[in-house]
Amino acid sequence: MSRIRDNYEDSLWNRLTKWVNGESDPFAGKMEMEPLREADYVGDSVYNPERLDKKKVLKYLEDTEKNQEIRAFRVLYNLSSVALCLLLIAVLLMAVSYLPVLGDPNGPNNNEVSARYVEKGMEESGAVNMVTNMILSYRGFDTFGETCVLFIAATCVIILLRKSEEEIENAKETDWKYEPKPDAILQKITLILVPVIFLYGFYIILNGHLSPGGGFSGGATVGAGLILYVTTFGFHKTQRFFNEKTYDMVKVGALSLYSVTMIYYFYTGANLIENHIPLGTPGDILSSGMILPINIFVGLEVACTMYAFFALFRRGGM
Amino acid sequence: MNLARNFVENFPCFSIVLCMVAGILSTPIKGNHAKRITLLVVILVTCMSAATFLYVASTGTSFVYTMGKYPAPWGNEIRAGVLETMLATVFSLVMLFSLLGGMDHVFKDIPEEKINLYFILVDLLLSSLLAIIYTNDLFTGYVFVEINTIAACGMIMIRKIGRSLVAATRYMVMSLIGSGLFLIGLAMLYDITGHLLMENAHLVMNQLVQEGKYSVPLLVIISFITVGLAIKSGLYPFHSWMPDAYGYSTVSSSSILSSLVSKSYIILLIKIFYRVIGFDNIVNSKIVDVLFVFGLAGMVMGSVGAIMAKDIYRMIAFSSVAQIGYVYMGIGLETEAGMVAAIFHILTHAITKSLLFLAAKGLNNVSGRKRVFYALQGSAFRNPLAGVAFLVGSLSMVGIPMLSGFISKLLFATAALGAAREKVLITLIVLAVSTILNAIYFLHTVVRIYTPVHVPEEFKNVHVRVSKGAALAVFSLICMNFILGLLSQPITDLIQVGIAMFA
Repeated sequence: MSRIRDNYEDSLWNRLTKWVNGESDPFAGKMEMEPLREADYVGDSVYNPERLDKKKVLKYLEDTEKNQEIRAFRVLYNLSSVALCLLLIAVLLMAVSYLPVLGDPNGPNNNEVSARYVEKGMEESGAVNMVTNMILSYRGFDTFGETCVLFIAATCVIILLRKSEEEIENAKETDWKYEPKPDAILQKITLILVPVIFLYGFYIILNGHLSPGGGFSGGATVGAGLILYVTTFGFHKTQRFFNEKTYDMVKVGALSLYSVTMIYYFYTGANLIENHIPLGTPGDILSSGMILPINIFVGLEVACTMYAFFALFRRGGM
Repeated sequence: MNLARNFVENFPCFSIVLCMVAGILSTPIKGNHAKRITLLVVILVTCMSAATFLYVASTGTSFVYTMGKYPAPWGNEIRAGVLETMLATVFSLVMLFSLLGGMDHVFKDIPEEKINLYFILVDLLLSSLLAIIYTNDLFTGYVFVEINTIAACGMIMIRKIGRSLVAATRYMVMSLIGSGLFLIGLAMLYDITGHLLMENAHLVMNQLVQEGKYSVPLLVIISFITVGLAIKSGLYPFHSWMPDAYGYSTVSSSSILSSLVSKSYIILLIKIFYRVIGFDNIVNSKIVDVLFVFGLAGMVMGSVGAIMAKDIYRMIAFSSVAQIGYVYMGIGLETEAGMVAAIFHILTHAITKSLLFLAAKGLNNVSGRKRVFYALQGSAFRNPLAGVAFLVGSLSMVGIPMLSGFISKLLFATAALGAAREKVLITLIVLAVSTILNAIYFLHTVVRIYTPVHVPEEFKNVHVRVSKGAALAVFSLICMNFILGLLSQPITDLIQVGIAMFA
């Protein structure tokens, strides 16, 4: 009467019985799993730098039991570094106790400088957010420098960690290190979360002149979204819309537009030439003159840099 | 009224921003193009700095340039006087010659796909040097000190051989301790003065000193800023990163690092002494005496280290420790003459040390790339230009008349005679001892490289090809050495005028 269905192997019942009997693992192939490495099974005869006993090496290099000199030096070294730190802490605590009280209205740093930032900031620079006014308009040069700090830090990390395409290709066998195995739960949640994170990041960037936030914090948020995406879906998928070329273009484009804006600002400001960037009405989304575009440029640069740090540390390339 | 501002006054700002733009644009391009952009930028910066120097020297006053539309205590500004523009000109020239002289090695030592990154570092390093020289604002100074540190670190480690990575790590740790102390000092300074702009902070500072307020934090501030910058510039007990950092990076990096980067921190320190805290207050705080003692110690210990060194780069690096000691000793003399001597020595050392590094590399090239002294025997015959360059550099460092090193030693000695009584004798004695030690290690190397030797078979077929750029660089540095040595009077006069403009 009854007959075995054609696709009995795939049927829900079969899978349930198998699972109950312990014959299959429902998560197999769907979760990120670390495969067992061969090296774990080989004896000590095989050289494996990860399994190198650091203590043994150190003991071989600096046998403190026999070499009293090194031992004395180490003890002295540790003691003096602790003493130095304690001394520094004591000096700093003492100095701080003599400093003016924080928030004292008559304190030295409540002077004409901060007064102008607070009172005239909105009218002069056009942003409601006073901090943004200060860092991007009044002290724009410092912030330009800070952006360059981030840029050069990223360059240094690239120097240190970037591998050539060949090296990455050759590392295929240990690819589980770079490419996550598909994980259903993670992927579903990421698909919901990433757009929200991106949106929120862009919101922080675009509203930098109106509410707390701005290029640096918003860019970090967008970068976090990118990192979440790449940890879930792997570099292969991410490269379809964000690879090294896009990274270079976005970063160079944002930074060079930023520098053009700054040069225009410095030149017109110092030579008292009229600045043609309109300030708009404070409070509008399209207002505050050059602050909004600068926030966007900084945001793009920071997002790229955050992602680049992650990608370089994880894989050695974007 | 400011509409009539001379166009030249834009040049300091332009040169800083130009370097940054060049660095940014070098990201996506090939190493060769990045090299051309960098050389072009350095030449442009040199020309602009020289023009500004001539302009300032002719008007006889310094000028302030607001970076943006907001004036003094609210916005950022930079300031250019005689001393700043002169330093900027010399620094960018030395940078140009170091790059030209070591260009072949840059392309050999660094993997091809990373060469453009090297030039990004160079561009940003130059921008930070200029900004540190020109800055009139403490926080701007700090921001560019950061760029300077990171760029220098990258320039050491880009060679990626074991020793250079260790050296970069060590450099980074020491440098960050220095930056940290400096930043804490700045934060506290802002807390008691309420200003970051140098002039306004100075006014408040004078008031505070007169009223006797905040004397404890003031002492802490002075010592933190001084110690922080001294660590970064490699004053004697904090010099341990120097030999490896200079000895194992590519030759352009070592000559730029030793002749420019460590000097820029000293210049920032001098600026803070004069323009923020006030030199009288510094003298009263006795911190200069500390600098004086460590400077003297460095002069002797650096030279001893150089004598003990077994390879030529480490020897030159240890010699830098001694020369930094000279500079701090000059600052520690507490007189204007001492300061002039210190600044003159900064110029001397910048020119001579880059020459020595380039020459040592040239000698090393014709000795089978061995760095130990016995391999270098007779190498001056195999590469005559490098031999002459090393000879001139050594003689200048030892202090032979007609060369710039002689003038700095003369200035130090005369300044010592005008210093406080207890400092006169010890300065002169240590100066003499250090000169003899200098002579020992430099001249023994000179004798070694000029001792004829039977050429080993393996070097017989070595053809030295000195590129035109490198030859030009070495030749120009030799010329600059002679110019500083022969035309010292106008230069010291200019330094004096420059220091007077600080006030």
